[in-house]
Order: sequence, then C-alpha cells, then structure tokens
Amino acid sequence: MIRIRSVLPLFAITLLCLAALQGCAKRETEIKVGEYGSLTGSTATFGISSKNGIELYVDNLNVQGGIGGKKIHVLVEDDQSKPEEAATAVNKLIAQDGVVAVLGEVASSRSLAAAPICQSAGVPMISPSSTNPRVTDIGDQIFRVCYIDPFQGMVIARFAKNTLHFSKAAVFRDNKNDYSVGLANFFTESFRGMGGTIVTDQSYSEGDQDFKAQLTVIKSKKPEFIFIPGYYTEVGLIARQARELGLNVPMLGGDGWVSERLLEIAQDALNGSYLVNHYWEQDPNPLVQGFVQSYHKRYKATPDGLAALAYDAAGVLANAMQRLSTEDPKAFETLSGPPNAEQKAARAKLRDLIAATRDYPGVTGKISLDDHRNAVKPAVFLGIENRGYKFVATVEP
Amino acid sequence: MQEFLQQLANGVAWGSIYALIALGYTMVYGILRLINFAHGDIYMVGAFAAYFLARAMGVGTVVEASPLVAAAVLLGSMVICAALGVLIELFAYRPVRRSSRITALITAIGVSLFLENAGIRIFGADPKFFPQVIAPRTIALAGGVMVTNHQIMVVVVSVLLMVALTLFIQKTRTGKAMRAVAFNRDAASLMGIPVDRIITITFAIGSALAAAAGFLVGLTNPKIEPLMGIMPGVKAFVAAVLGGIGSIPGAVIGGLVMGISEYMVVGYISSTYRDAIAFVILIIVLLIKPTGLLGRNVTEKV
Repeated sequence: MIRIRSVLPLFAITLLCLAALQGCAKRETEIKVGEYGSLTGSTATFGISSKNGIELYVDNLNVQGGIGGKKIHVLVEDDQSKPEEAATAVNKLIAQDGVVAVLGEVASSRSLAAAPICQSAGVPMISPSSTNPRVTDIGDQIFRVCYIDPFQGMVIARFAKNTLHFSKAAVFRDNKNDYSVGLANFFTESFRGMGGTIVTDQSYSEGDQDFKAQLTVIKSKKPEFIFIPGYYTEVGLIARQARELGLNVPMLGGDGWVSERLLEIAQDALNGSYLVNHYWEQDPNPLVQGFVQSYHKRYKATPDGLAALAYDAAGVLANAMQRLSTEDPKAFETLSGPPNAEQKAARAKLRDLIAATRDYPGVTGKISLDDHRNAVKPAVFLGIENRGYKFVATVEP
Repeated sequence: MQEFLQQLANGVAWGSIYALIALGYTMVYGILRLINFAHGDIYMVGAFAAYFLARAMGVGTVVEASPLVAAAVLLGSMVICAALGVLIELFAYRPVRRSSRITALITAIGVSLFLENAGIRIFGADPKFFPQVIAPRTIALAGGVMVTNHQIMVVVVSVLLMVALTLFIQKTRTGKAMRAVAFNRDAASLMGIPVDRIITITFAIGSALAAAAGFLVGLTNPKIEPLMGIMPGVKAFVAAVLGGIGSIPGAVIGGLVMGISEYMVVGYISSTYRDAIAFVILIIVLLIKPTGLLGRNVTEKV
C-alpha cells in the first residue's frame, strides 16, 4: 500500500508534465513577449497607460493576422512601482515564461534595475519612456523609443529662458529617483549655460507627504519659477502646498508629470504651469488621430504620452519581427519555439533589426534609433490652464 | 526671521499629529508595558476609514462638505478604529498577555505587518486622494507667516483631544481605574477593578486618537496609501520615548519636538536627514536622561 501511495504522486506529476508539454506544442504559433510595469503603487497610471497602449497595438496586429502567421502573446507582470520588484518580474518573464523580448518600464529607476537581467540573458528590451541616459548604457540589448534627459533638460531650460524670459530658477528634485536627479542636473547645466541662475536646489524623497519646509526655503529665495522633475503624485501635492504658503510662481516639469491624476490632485494649483510631453493628442496627423480614436473607443479615456510611447514601443518591436520574418524565415520560426540555442541566435538577429530601425512612423513622431539605441525625437510643450492642457510648442532636436 | 517663523508654524502643526499618535503608544505602554507596533497602522486604517466614509457621504474631490459632515467623518473613523483596536487586543494581545514580554512584542509586529498587507490587498497599493472634507484656505498671520485652516484645525483638534484625555484620566472613575491598573495590575484586580475591561477601553481610546490623526493628515496632506503608517508610527514611538513613555504630557512635548526639529532640519540643513533626525534626538535624550524628558525614575523592584 505504502509503495503505491508514494508512486501515485510521481505518476500524477509525470502526467501533468506531459500535459504541459502538449500545451506548449499547441502554442507554437505564438510569440511570447514580456511586459513589466507599475500597474499598482505610487505611479500606477504609468503602468496602466503603458499596458493599454501595448495591448491596443498587439490586439490590432493579431486581428490582422499577426506576423508571418504567428500571433503575439504579451505576458504582463506588475512591479508595484518598486525597482526590486521590477527585477523580480523580468527574471520571471525570462526564466519562467521564456519570452523573446521585453517591453518596459516607464520609470528609469525600474528600467535600470531590470535592464541588466535582459542584457545578460540576451533578450532585447525596449523601454517606451525611460529618459535617463544610463538606461541604454547598460548594454546593446537595451533600447528606447523616447528622447533622453539631456535633451529634455536642455529644451526646458531653453523654453524657460527664451520663451518665458525667466532667469531665476529654483530646482526641487526627488533625491531617491534616478530620473529626477538626472533631469535636474541636465536642466541646471543648460540653464546656467544660458546665463540663468539657480537660486536654490532643494530635494525631497518619493513618498513624502509634506513639502512645506523646502517650499518655505524656496519662497524666501524669490525664484521666478520652480523646476520640479518629479512624478505626478508628489508634484500635485507640492503644487497645492506651495500655493498654501503663498508661493504663486509657475512650475515647470518633465514627462514625469504626464498622468490623468496630476490635475485631480493639484486641482487649480498648477494653473499657469508648463510640462514637456512626448506627443500632443490633438495633433492633426491622421496616424495620431486614428490612435486616439481607437484608444478612446476601447478605454474610454484620452491616451496620455506614455500610452502613445508604449504603443510605439510595441510597434518598433513588431516591425523588427516583421523584417525578421521576411529576411530570415527560419530564424523567425524559432521565436515561437523553446528557448534553445537556435532561438538565442534568432534573438540576436532580432536585436540587430531593432537597432536598425529607421524612420518608423510612430504616433509620437518618426522613430530612428541612433548608435546609443536612443530615439531622436521632438519634445512637445503643454501649458496648464483651468485644469486643462493647451498646446504651446514643439521643439525639434 | 519670517522664514524661521514659517518653519516653526509648520513644525507645530506637523508635530501635533505625531503627538496624537504618540498618545496611543504611551497609554498602551503605561498600562500594559507593551509597545503596540500596530499603532501606526491603525492610524493608516483611520485615514482610509475617513476616506471611505467621506466618499459614502458624497464628498468628492471638488465638493466641500458641511462642518457637520466633517465632524461625522471624524467621529465615524474614530469609532471604526476604536472597534479595530478592541478586536486586535481581544484576538492578538489578550491570548499572550501572560506570556513573556518578547512574545507580546513579536505579536505586535505581526499585527502591524498583517494590517499593512491587508491594506494593500483591500485598498490597493496605489495612493488615494483624500476628499476635500474641508476646503483649504490660506490665512496670513503676523510677520508674513502663512498657515491654512487645516493646520489650525490640526492644532486645535489635537489640543482638545489631549485636554479631554487628561481630564478623563485624572477626573473620572474609569480614568482612576486606568491609573490603578498602570500602577499595579494584580493589586488593582484584587481591589475589584475589572482589569480586562480597562485594558479594552485603553485600546479603544488609543486607537480612536490614531484615527483622528489619520483624518487630520488626510486633510492637510491629501494622499493616503496602505504603508503611510510605518514612518509616522516609528516617529511617534520615538516621540513617546523622548517625552518619557507612559507620560501623557511627555508624549505631547515629544511629538512637538519631533515635528519642529524635522522642519528645521529640512529647512536649514537637508531633506536627506529628515528621518535621521528623529533617531539622533532619541539617542541624545536616552544618553542624558534614559527615562525620557518627563519620565519618572523607576527603580527595578527585586
């Protein structure tokens, strides 16, 4: 009796394994792509917007027959807005799920945590919207479809100095955030280079609730504007508390402000302020309008800049797979198979084809990847008025 | 000078919140000799209870509620947290009350982790924005110092609750019983004082105070999330130890010292040291006066 009992589970496990293998065999027409993002946590709208953008692109593609007869299957992992969880998520996607490429993240801190894993596994990763330059420096497997912070910092400085005619800035940065620290430094450098002065440079930590101590110091230095390269959750609170202290100067920010929640938190406190985005949803370009309409139809919301970039990141990846399927059908075939040596070689070819992306027509503009695997693209300035956005200018690189 | 006064005003408002949380720590410690690590998380539950109550009463992010609704939200969240405190005492602390103190301490840490993760599960990890129960208005004081009606409310409500608590403990029969239990639990029991009931009342009051702090923080800093109780919990604990744990005026003074010094450090040194200052002060006070500022010297009985 005892013997049979101990053998039974083994038998069951064997059966299960066989069933699982069969499942794999049936799914051979699917290419697995991983996505990691902040679906929950302090920057939840970043992850949700990105997920929607990718989902919209991939579902459209699959409805139209996929690539070379294969469908794309996106596996999504939540990183709870934490860098350490981002690393865990990507590990799981690669080691357990066997994805052939990874899409993500928005926040540079989290992309920086996950990128080394993709790099050492030889799995190409495309970040839709991490703008810190160090992200793609991790290695040749890491790409992005957005502009980088030296450019973003420079255009904000130029906009403040030349368009708004301001020369005294206060910088208020998030000390725990790679994106914020990088952008603050690039802005400071450019603004000083143009003859502007930084009257004070204050810092906070992501998750803080109270900023009045720093804002009191900023107020006493009498800046003409405050540059806040942070994320929307804190920016909304900072703006409110600044107004409560009678600090009424305009605020300028980067693409970390892009979220539907920003004005919900800030209410009227951000009127008269400006931010940089990756695109403008009322751009008359039919490509943009088609995207905005289909997004609106599906999610009952206007796509923000991060949704648009995620849509383009999925597009750039699919475009490279498309080219692989015509240039090397044999290698393309292995992408839907098990992660063996042949697939590794195919992934390397896929990587080369992503790197060779030129003039891909994205909704955020034409995407060409340079030698550092970064996209060179224009930045869009938006103004905030009466709890709404208005288009101000597009700045070409 | 104006800058200094402004930092001082902000520090007092922020410190009042620490003081409110510290009162709960100090009461429980005074009576049970138990550091209730879950106290900071009860404060978080208080903020969420107020959030859901306000939403249920139709307060949006834009619409302002009437003062009556605001009072109802405050009292409602205090009642919910008082009930939660009683439940925690009943199911987590009472079974281990006769065990060693380390058992009770570990139980407290367990309850704390449970509340945090239950919060993530139930409320979600993304921050919620507290409704405008009372719209913010800026008031200019003498010397160019700007405060909001929220900050004034924080200080006023805190002072009122502290006074009420002191009167309760000093003047009522239940308060007298609480002091007796704190002095010597076994002797109090022999005198016919219902020790279990007194301990339950202590937990209810302490948790209600934490809920009031949660509501006030929601008003002034309208972002609440399930892990918001960790740092204020730790700081309020430091405030209680700093003032002399077990002493009610000590908790208030400790809270104010913490709030003001935090503001001064951020304003004049760097925000990086914001959280470090709490512990620096604690170490200094414990080195100079190990029982805290207002703590009584207790000689160990053999």
